[in-house]
Amino acid sequence: MGGGRGASVNAEVQYEPVIGLEIHVQLKTRTKMFCGCELSFGDPPNTHTCPRCLGLAGTLPVVNAQAVHYGIMIGLALGSQIAPRSQFHRKNYFYPDLPKGYQISQYDVPLCSGGQLGEVRIHRVHLEEDAAKLVHLGASGRIHGAQRSAVDFNRGGTPLAEIVTEPDLRSAEAAREWLSLLRTTLRAIGVSDVNMEEGSLRCDANVSVRPVGSSELGTKTELKNMNSFRFLAQGIRAEVERQSELLRAGQPVLQETLHFDPSSGRLTPLRSKEEAHDYRYFPEPDLVPLEATPEMIEAARAQLPELPSARAQRFAGALGLPAERARDLAFRSELADFFEAALAATPNGEPVALANWMQTLVERLEDGADPAGSLVSPAAFAQLVAMVSEKAISREAGREVLDMLVAQGGDPAAIVEREGLGAISADDGGLGDVVAAALASDPDAAEQVRAGNMKAMGPLVGYVMRETKGRADGAEINRLIRQQLGI
Amino acid sequence: MSQHLLELSAAQAVAAIRAGELDAAELFELYRSRAAADPLNAFTWVAEDAAVAAPAGAPLAGVPAAVKDLFCTEGVPSQSGSRILEGYRPPYTATVVAKLAKAGAPLLAKTNQDEFAMGSSNENSAYGPVLNPWDRARVPGGSSGGSAAAVAAGLAPWALGTDTGGSIRQPAAFCGIVGLKPTYGACSRYGMIAFASSLDQAGPLTRDVTDAALLLRHMVGRDQNDSTSLELPEEIRLPSRGDLKGVRLGVPQELTGTAGGIDPGVLASFEAALAQAQALGASVEPCTLPHAPHALSAYYIIAPAEASANLARFDGVRYGLRVAGDSDLDTMYSRTRAQGFGAEVKRRIMLGTYALSSGYYDAYYGTAQRVRTRISQDFQSAFAEVDFIVTPTAPTTAFELGAKSHDPLAMYLNDVCTVPMSLAGIPAISIPCGLSDGLPVGLQLAGPAFSENALLDAAYALEQALAFDGRSAWAGGGAPA
Repeated sequence: MGGGRGASVNAEVQYEPVIGLEIHVQLKTRTKMFCGCELSFGDPPNTHTCPRCLGLAGTLPVVNAQAVHYGIMIGLALGSQIAPRSQFHRKNYFYPDLPKGYQISQYDVPLCSGGQLGEVRIHRVHLEEDAAKLVHLGASGRIHGAQRSAVDFNRGGTPLAEIVTEPDLRSAEAAREWLSLLRTTLRAIGVSDVNMEEGSLRCDANVSVRPVGSSELGTKTELKNMNSFRFLAQGIRAEVERQSELLRAGQPVLQETLHFDPSSGRLTPLRSKEEAHDYRYFPEPDLVPLEATPEMIEAARAQLPELPSARAQRFAGALGLPAERARDLAFRSELADFFEAALAATPNGEPVALANWMQTLVERLEDGADPAGSLVSPAAFAQLVAMVSEKAISREAGREVLDMLVAQGGDPAAIVEREGLGAISADDGGLGDVVAAALASDPDAAEQVRAGNMKAMGPLVGYVMRETKGRADGAEINRLIRQQLGI
Repeated sequence: MSQHLLELSAAQAVAAIRAGELDAAELFELYRSRAAADPLNAFTWVAEDAAVAAPAGAPLAGVPAAVKDLFCTEGVPSQSGSRILEGYRPPYTATVVAKLAKAGAPLLAKTNQDEFAMGSSNENSAYGPVLNPWDRARVPGGSSGGSAAAVAAGLAPWALGTDTGGSIRQPAAFCGIVGLKPTYGACSRYGMIAFASSLDQAGPLTRDVTDAALLLRHMVGRDQNDSTSLELPEEIRLPSRGDLKGVRLGVPQELTGTAGGIDPGVLASFEAALAQAQALGASVEPCTLPHAPHALSAYYIIAPAEASANLARFDGVRYGLRVAGDSDLDTMYSRTRAQGFGAEVKRRIMLGTYALSSGYYDAYYGTAQRVRTRISQDFQSAFAEVDFIVTPTAPTTAFELGAKSHDPLAMYLNDVCTVPMSLAGIPAISIPCGLSDGLPVGLQLAGPAFSENALLDAAYALEQALAFDGRSAWAGGGAPA
């Protein structure tokens, strides 16, 4: 009942967002949740249907054991309690994409309860079936005002896990980051494609705001249709702003469901609390309670790989990476996998250097691209990093070689050889002469350095770098300047 | 010749065919032509061609079965007595029907029924009422009225029905035949157009107890298509018991007194049958089912609640009737369902929707489920003292068409003796035990879950002693007088 508190007008109050997420994940089983039809994406409409998933009279659901297995894996990965006996319920409402007139879902006894991922507590995880897909012909693109609507039942009955968080998120950015962690975790355990664009990962947000320092919850709204990470953050930001403005103006926030329009970035009301469905949940009499035996739970646990959060801890602990770098890698398992492959390819691999160079590599790839799909092999990448560490090439030359690897692939040593990028050192005489020339070209700077003003070192190092086209190592130049100046 | 064939029970016909004394095709044609004449409006579809010959050695030898309309039969109309499914031909066949066909009992006809099995008189069918072969001015009972009338009138050797709160037992009683509701889960529900999922059970309607046992044997078993189905602990045996020595029969006061609305003629017939049971060696003792008086109230919450969801799929989108709205989805839904469903179905959808509504769920559905648990416990306590519970199957004999069709509560009271067993999920059989004013009276025997063999044995012993002769109803199955 926080909405009424907006009655006093106070433009000075700072509001804090309180955000919880409801995530639907399509499970990557071979067949649907309650029938034997194979899952498909992009196949011709209504080619993966049967009497059951079309809701024909007389048909009965049969629970997909693999979906239960995946559900338990999700629960274990999120630290949830697995219910020894959970119950399916019918959620009743009429819509053409819902052939039985009810969705089989879980209600008061979900498969998984509680848990935590990162800083966010998990409320519950339950299993249910997806609706079919509606295609509306006409300008609106929505059912109202459509000239015709068609139903594709291929998607109908796809197993879904619904994951509900506690309202522990405090900003749009945090929500986006946490969803990314969840996606990584689910991808790592292999239960879903978790692709927002294809709809295998969908996220609704429950958003309210409250004065900073308050511990009460304000009136929440539910945001739907934010089908990308960017839209999720955009939608939440817009809603936090809208609610804060309402309260500052002394207006109450109404409990309602809002539809996010990606093209305008605006939120429009879908239905109010008064119009909300009464789903009339009751236990699904066509199914017996779902028993998760200790054997089933152990089988799921045995299939869990190392989870991203545990991997980040290992990277930071055993490998000594800075915490943030460790998370950056571990929370994108494709980066972590590449990193670990590179580390394994070098006998004396230096994890911190490799991790730093991973950052450079990521910057050179397309946004979000998997390095395993690039022309750079983990072994070539490791070799490049080793050459820099061993000062066989300079850091700057290393960046050039990496660019060439990204563009064409190949062997870093061969590229260095071909391009003449090998480091010049004092030993082969050349670098000492260049340093001497640098000191001669700028006596002022040389004098200042000698007098202890190390800022004057810059122009001298720059001269050497220009002359050697970046092949010289910065630290080595530094050492030679001091040596020749006798300091 | 055909009169002689008609004298054979289904089990006797099976034996005769297997002995090479009878041609299955001849038997099929006899019943096919009798069913096609359909003087009682018992059928919604009758086979036009001879059946595909039963597999050699098939245990049911080609003796065909009439099947209640709500069983899905591939390519054959399966309308569950409703306008909303008029002409609907499913693409698949119900497990039980498929099992019978495999065992050698091919499909003879589909039988008329109350719409979506909601009714006790068969007057709720969108395809017209079924007439009782004992008196065509009377109802055959319901909802499996077509199946009961067909068997009683000699229009089908045996038939399949379904029982949710008495829909096999009560029409069997009204028509003077045997009807068995098995333990919940004994028969697969896959392909039965659902009324109330936690109560619906398929069962046989037959001329005698032996036929019921033989047909049931080939219906039961765990089906992977129905998660609530179960394997019986033992095969169904043909009954052979000649006495009832040592059998304890419990007579629940709550369901057998005239105060409970039992018609005196029915009670007299029931008590005479109990005397016969005692003569066979049974002990008859009073017992109590304290929560049974609340059974109807609980039933009329739970069954409509489940039905309100089960019938939501008939929305005009994919199959069955569609009455187009003005390009408006909600109008299409409401027009389709307004025209497609009959009054009783609408009444129960509204009752069920209300009972499940937010804010009322616990008061109605929750309370009803608690009553259901108490009723199960009552039976468990009773079965610690007695082997079987005996009651009249229905409080009255068959009533006249139209007598109760405008008084739903009076109609619901027909099921007062049968609903408790449905809520408890236990098996119960109705056998004819005599006549009252020329109309059959049914006696109900109920036993613990999975006691079908013992139940059939006891019913058989009593049947032999009672020697009820239902052949006078065959005339009712002839051409209209």
